[in-house]
Amino acid sequence: MQTFDLGAQGLRALNASLHALKGQTNMTAWEIINPKGSHAIAAGVDAPIDITVRGSTGYYCGGMNKQATIRIVGSAGPGVAENMMSGTVIIDGDASQYAGATGRGGLLVIKGNASSRCGISMKGIDIVVHGNIGHMSAFMAQSGNLVVLGNAGEALGDSLYEARLFVRGSVKTLGTDCIEKAMRPEHLKLLEDLLRRGEADAKAKPEQFRRYGSARKLYTFNIDNASDY
Amino acid sequence: MCGIVGLFLKDPKLEPQLGAMLTDMLITMTDRGPDSAGIAIYGRPVKGRAKLTVQSSQPETDFKNLAKDLGKSLGSPVKAVIKNTHAVLDVPARKLDAARSALTQLRPNCRVMSSGESIEIFKEVGLPKDVAARFGVSKMSGTHGIGHTRMATESAVTTMGAHPFSTGADQCLVHNGSLSNHNSVRRELKRAGMTFETENDTEVAAAFISHKLQEGEKLGDAMQATLTDLDGFFTFVVGTHNGFGVVRDPIACKPAVMAETDQYVAFGSEYRALVNLPGIDKARVWEPEPATVYFWER
Repeated sequence: MQTFDLGAQGLRALNASLHALKGQTNMTAWEIINPKGSHAIAAGVDAPIDITVRGSTGYYCGGMNKQATIRIVGSAGPGVAENMMSGTVIIDGDASQYAGATGRGGLLVIKGNASSRCGISMKGIDIVVHGNIGHMSAFMAQSGNLVVLGNAGEALGDSLYEARLFVRGSVKTLGTDCIEKAMRPEHLKLLEDLLRRGEADAKAKPEQFRRYGSARKLYTFNIDNASDY
Repeated sequence: MCGIVGLFLKDPKLEPQLGAMLTDMLITMTDRGPDSAGIAIYGRPVKGRAKLTVQSSQPETDFKNLAKDLGKSLGSPVKAVIKNTHAVLDVPARKLDAARSALTQLRPNCRVMSSGESIEIFKEVGLPKDVAARFGVSKMSGTHGIGHTRMATESAVTTMGAHPFSTGADQCLVHNGSLSNHNSVRRELKRAGMTFETENDTEVAAAFISHKLQEGEKLGDAMQATLTDLDGFFTFVVGTHNGFGVVRDPIACKPAVMAETDQYVAFGSEYRALVNLPGIDKARVWEPEPATVYFWER
């Protein structure tokens, strides 16, 4: 286990050490202490390592992550796991706005609540939120899956492309071109896997969710929809 | 961008440390606003007394004999505490308005930062650590306070353009964001008798709330009205003689984190502003909801 004291050694030294790890490494377990809400902790990692951050983080923790498993034992600031490519980011607490934004792959798990714009413009990432999500979540989401055990705020899935949204609780309002869709057997199977990987299978069953997706009337330009653009 | 910090103490034992805690929080927010910084500190009021905090770009000449001259004009003794470019004038509470108008005659170059029974505002251009040091903020005690680090967008980087803005007795407001309809709201408020010192959008928000309070509205209702009448991006933190409030616009893209313990309620633009507060590890930490008014009063 490599223990890194962010308060003493600083962010640049941390990220330089993590970026130096390429391909196979024997330094597979890292613990970061004294994060104190710092920005860009473990951003841009590209190695199959396990990182535990002991405390709450600021902007962009785990951004652009490839391969690594990053666990935040605390809450995360804005843009956690932004543009993640692969790997896993798990947050024990809450996540601030635009968690998992533009994510291309991997899994983001938020054990608490996520605030506004969760999964905005997601492009393949899977996001599992154990609590609630805020307004404008999954705005222009292109692909991937967003699973919410709690409730969703206003304008869920506005201008949605092909991402799948699963919400167990209430949805305050659906955004433009986002509609409820039937839950088919393949969706239940997909959800079962996502709940298991999202450490949520003891809390929720796939049958309890409703599925939302794109009505596909907006992103293929249609003159009748001009007022919605 | 801009940085906001705020602290409302519930435990009087922390009051001697208010300035030190706020200074640490303010300096942490330097990267969000290195242009200028300001702080409003609310101290325990002294019965029958009030304070006028004034600023001058020529403190050597303007503050010389200021207490004596103002005392003579008011017919009551005035005490002055000079802190760098600011002077805090201690006057009889019933003569606060008279002191303010006398000052415009006696020292036309002095600008009033704040007036009231408990508020003192210090603000200047420069790095937050330098601004806090110039005024010895870390040694100040008080019941609650608000600080701001500014990255200017809507108006010039000047002392008067720095936050907090005070547009009523013991009232102040700081802002992260930008307002798009401030010119039209300013015109309406001017017609209603409010006066303005700057072209700044935030001053309009401060005056908007002060005007509502003058009309007898409660702090919570005045803050609620910003959601319908002000257009733009905002996270506002508002201070009054006995209270502290927070409101964010419905889009809520300007960050905000709050923490509450038995000892205090704290506000930071980012969590890292709060990390050195006592008991933060056990505090209830949350983000204020969009379009929702929060306030605490004692």
